[in-house]
Amino acid sequence: MGNKASAIDMPDVVLEPRTLVEGPSGPKPKKRLSRRNIMIYGTLIVICLYYLLPLYVMVVTSLKGMPEIRLGNIFAPPVEITFEPWVKAWAQACTGLNCEGLSRGFWNSVRITIPSVLASIVIASVNGYALANWRFKGADLFFTILIFGAFIPYQVMLYPIVILLREIGLYGTLWGLVIVHTIFGMPILTLLFRNYFTSLPEELFKAARVDGARFWGIYFRIMVPMSLPIFVVAMILQVTGIWNDFLFGVVYTKPEFYPMTVQLNNIVNSVQGVKEYNVNMAATLLTGLVPLIIYFVSGKLFVRGIAAGAVKG
Amino acid sequence: MEPSISIRDLVLRFGAITVLNGLNLDVKQGEFVVLLGSSGCGKSTLLNCIAGLLDVSEGQIFINGRNVTWEEPSDRGIGMVFQSYALYPQMTVEGNLSFGLKNARVPKAEVQERVARAAKTLQIEPLLKRKPAALSGGQRQRVAIGRALVRDVDVFLFDEPLSNLDAKLRADLRVEIKQLHQRLRNTMIYVTHDQIEAMTLADRIAIMKGGEVLQFDTPNEIYNRPASRYVAEFIGSPTMNFLEGTVDLSEAPRFAGSQATFDLDGYSFADRPAGGPAAFGIRPEHIVTGPEAAAKPIRFDTRVDLVEPLGSDTLAWVHAGDQSFWVRMDGQSAVRSGDSLPIGFDPQRANIFDMQTEARL
Repeated sequence: MGNKASAIDMPDVVLEPRTLVEGPSGPKPKKRLSRRNIMIYGTLIVICLYYLLPLYVMVVTSLKGMPEIRLGNIFAPPVEITFEPWVKAWAQACTGLNCEGLSRGFWNSVRITIPSVLASIVIASVNGYALANWRFKGADLFFTILIFGAFIPYQVMLYPIVILLREIGLYGTLWGLVIVHTIFGMPILTLLFRNYFTSLPEELFKAARVDGARFWGIYFRIMVPMSLPIFVVAMILQVTGIWNDFLFGVVYTKPEFYPMTVQLNNIVNSVQGVKEYNVNMAATLLTGLVPLIIYFVSGKLFVRGIAAGAVKG
Repeated sequence: MEPSISIRDLVLRFGAITVLNGLNLDVKQGEFVVLLGSSGCGKSTLLNCIAGLLDVSEGQIFINGRNVTWEEPSDRGIGMVFQSYALYPQMTVEGNLSFGLKNARVPKAEVQERVARAAKTLQIEPLLKRKPAALSGGQRQRVAIGRALVRDVDVFLFDEPLSNLDAKLRADLRVEIKQLHQRLRNTMIYVTHDQIEAMTLADRIAIMKGGEVLQFDTPNEIYNRPASRYVAEFIGSPTMNFLEGTVDLSEAPRFAGSQATFDLDGYSFADRPAGGPAAFGIRPEHIVTGPEAAAKPIRFDTRVDLVEPLGSDTLAWVHAGDQSFWVRMDGQSAVRSGDSLPIGFDPQRANIFDMQTEARL
């Protein structure tokens, strides 16, 4: 045996490696101005302009004085830049009888948003953690009901909640509104946290149990430190959601506790006197500033958290 | 001495699915037991039950004579090592090692001493200040073992600890785990689907299938006298060869197959064998070839279909009529496909299984 021909006869095949070696080599050349790129960037630029134009108009209008606005050239940059409308919007603009400007609404919104965001995130994260890791009896049913809550239209619940708040004596107070915001944030936030905690390796949770950590120990020392992105996502969702809320603010509070959005509406829609477009624009920008800053500061984390929570479910 | 771990009639159901089905197991003090089976056999589930990470539906678990069926994992005197290492990513190696001790409110000085001792044992002292992300797979698994080590537990549980490592590292760590066991003499339960890990590490192997233990015996016994055809096929690579036929016990025991009929002189039967349709199994490494085959009581003239040279051995897939065999030969064997090859073997090395019950005769 040894070098004898193999039992299976192979036909003589000669591979030709030359065909692979010849021809163009080096990195693939890139074309900057391809038709594809022109289409993509062209479309993007047009869309950007479409969205930025109103913002531009608002900014320039808010920096003009009323005589300049009356000329009617809304796209023109201000000839004489004035910050008077911003000051007025913040401190002097009138809503009916009251002329304190937006500042009171701002502080009301702060006093509503901070406790609502904190409470809803704390409760929802513990909910999500329990649902993801401590599968109690009826956990699935509980979760289904909670998610179902997200689909019930607000209109159905508006008035019953008015009655509920009245009965517990919180109707028309800041705390009543805080409770409403906390409860309404529950379904989506619990879902967010549950999905995120489910995506964390289960063996970590098991290892912590073997290491003697209990419910709160695992939550605070294992889960929370690993979940910063999802906490940021939840915070952004809640801050923008609650800051921008108008309906609950107007329904469940009294004028002295109106949040900034309601105050803004009352300033803009005030029918007394001359319409001060520059003040209205400045007021609107002021109101939108908080969500805008939140987005800019934490945008990167937001995207990461959304991706982590959304893909692994 | 009372058993280290004793499992009594353990049943575990997930809804309508029964994962563990009335399982019994006794593990001696200081024994290294491997739970071996294909995926879905319930071996990891059993380990999780012993650890207390799953609530059992019925039955009891005793560790060192204490009924721990409803105790918390941390109160059972167990340490566990996971397949994915399960190191806490936000803590340093030191933090990982001391986490369990801090939860148990061990004094600070003792925590430091125990962490230092475990780190020395596992040679991970230079890594103590690092985060898990900065460790290699092998280092991570060492830290995971260390986490069980510092807690001074009676029982170590390993859940496929080497499955995520590459082949070379796996072999190294396998040796380390065995050395660790020889030094510590703790009871260890080790789940794997790798039969080489099972054979090399175990004092006893529990072969599992469908939530039951099919055979619980020494590696040697499981290899040489598998209790059932499933076990025989599960252990050994390539798998055992089978000849189907009938066992006749009316006179001298004989096996009548489609290709050959032969006496079963020297075959050690089980206690009370019954004749009838049976499968005669012979391992590839118990078949001799060439001139030596002539001296064996059972012989076949075969033709080689396929040769797989492995260096240390050569495997050949051969056939005689419609009967095929895997044969393991010397690594330097010059057999080629198409050659004719006489093979032979002894009935003493065989295992015969009932066709119906699949139990060994």
